[in-house]
Amino acid sequence: MINYIDLHAHMVSRTTDDYHAMALTGCVAVTEPAFWAGYDRVSASAFADYFKHLTEFEPQRAAKYGIQHYTWLCLNPKEGEDRELAREVLAIIPQFLERPNVLGIGEIGLNRVTRNELATFIDHVELALEHNQLIHIHTPHLEDKYKGTKAIVETLASNSRIDPSRVLVDHVEEHTIRMVLEHGFWAGLTLYPMTKVSPGRAIDMLEIYGTERLCVASACDWGPSQPLAIPNCMFEMRRRGHSQQWIHEVVYTNPSRFLSQSPKFKLAPLAQALAD
Amino acid sequence: MQIEGSCPKTQRELIELEFIEHRTKILDIAAFLDRFDRSIEHNANDDFRIKAFREALAALNSSEFGRVERIQMLLSDLSSELRAERDGQSAYGAAKESEQ
Ligand SMILES: [Zn+2]
Repeated sequence: MINYIDLHAHMVSRTTDDYHAMALTGCVAVTEPAFWAGYDRVSASAFADYFKHLTEFEPQRAAKYGIQHYTWLCLNPKEGEDRELAREVLAIIPQFLERPNVLGIGEIGLNRVTRNELATFIDHVELALEHNQLIHIHTPHLEDKYKGTKAIVETLASNSRIDPSRVLVDHVEEHTIRMVLEHGFWAGLTLYPMTKVSPGRAIDMLEIYGTERLCVASACDWGPSQPLAIPNCMFEMRRRGHSQQWIHEVVYTNPSRFLSQSPKFKLAPLAQALAD
Repeated sequence: MQIEGSCPKTQRELIELEFIEHRTKILDIAAFLDRFDRSIEHNANDDFRIKAFREALAALNSSEFGRVERIQMLLSDLSSELRAERDGQSAYGAAKESEQ
């Protein structure tokens, strides 16, 4: 069995059975970006509760299955329209950044590609730079993806303080992958039914663009999504004729290469994690 | 970027592996369009989504590589202006005419 890392999984929305199934299929670590709850949170204290959940309870729940849990903090792009709330949330984030499972700021980005969303995105980027954090970026979906990804890439490229190798731009598709990779960023392919990328298309992009700086993730959340999307994709990769080494590179080596840029990300041997 | 020979399967193998699956998908699309014609009320023949869908189907017929990327662009908002404010949480799947 090949071990894998799911670097985009909203585990707060998943059951403990999902952790069990992920552990059985070789998952050794997840990283959980801060997400939208399905409704707009009304106060910064609601975010403080959420950040506590992400940094205290969730890593404990994962550890029982030998899965290391890391997280990213932010106010999600779906809530970025509210500038006042964004300012309040940005003010409380620093007090959580030193916690042992926090890798950086994310998933920040754009949703409906509005002026306020872009302003909130830029504020988060500044916060990440100020605290030397890795950045995980959400790009919009469907018809908004192209213009949103372009706005994000152009904003980051015009900031000379950004080191693109410390930024992962997620949810890339066929029409956005090239601009992300050409600017030196990491790119994420999201295996999400209906609105994102199927395993077949993700593998196509890996074949065409090569495996360098490319990762796959489930992005499982409270919507119709699959916590086992990565092992499903690994099965498709084998069926397509790819070697164990190629698969390992995509699902394990690549995410650990990107995440290891944070000194907090350290993969423990599985047996050790289970014994703890 | 490598196109030629980047898929490790032969064409014959791809047919054996995936033809039935994609045969089903094309029949589903045909059935969706027939259902659209049989509709109880014809009130959306010029809906921006169905127009983009028909353009995408035409692009599918191309014999040139790059169909997915071209279809993605047909289903995208190609304007570069930021929206003045959020009009809702979800995207529609194709660009409204006013945004192109
Ligand atoms: Zn997400």
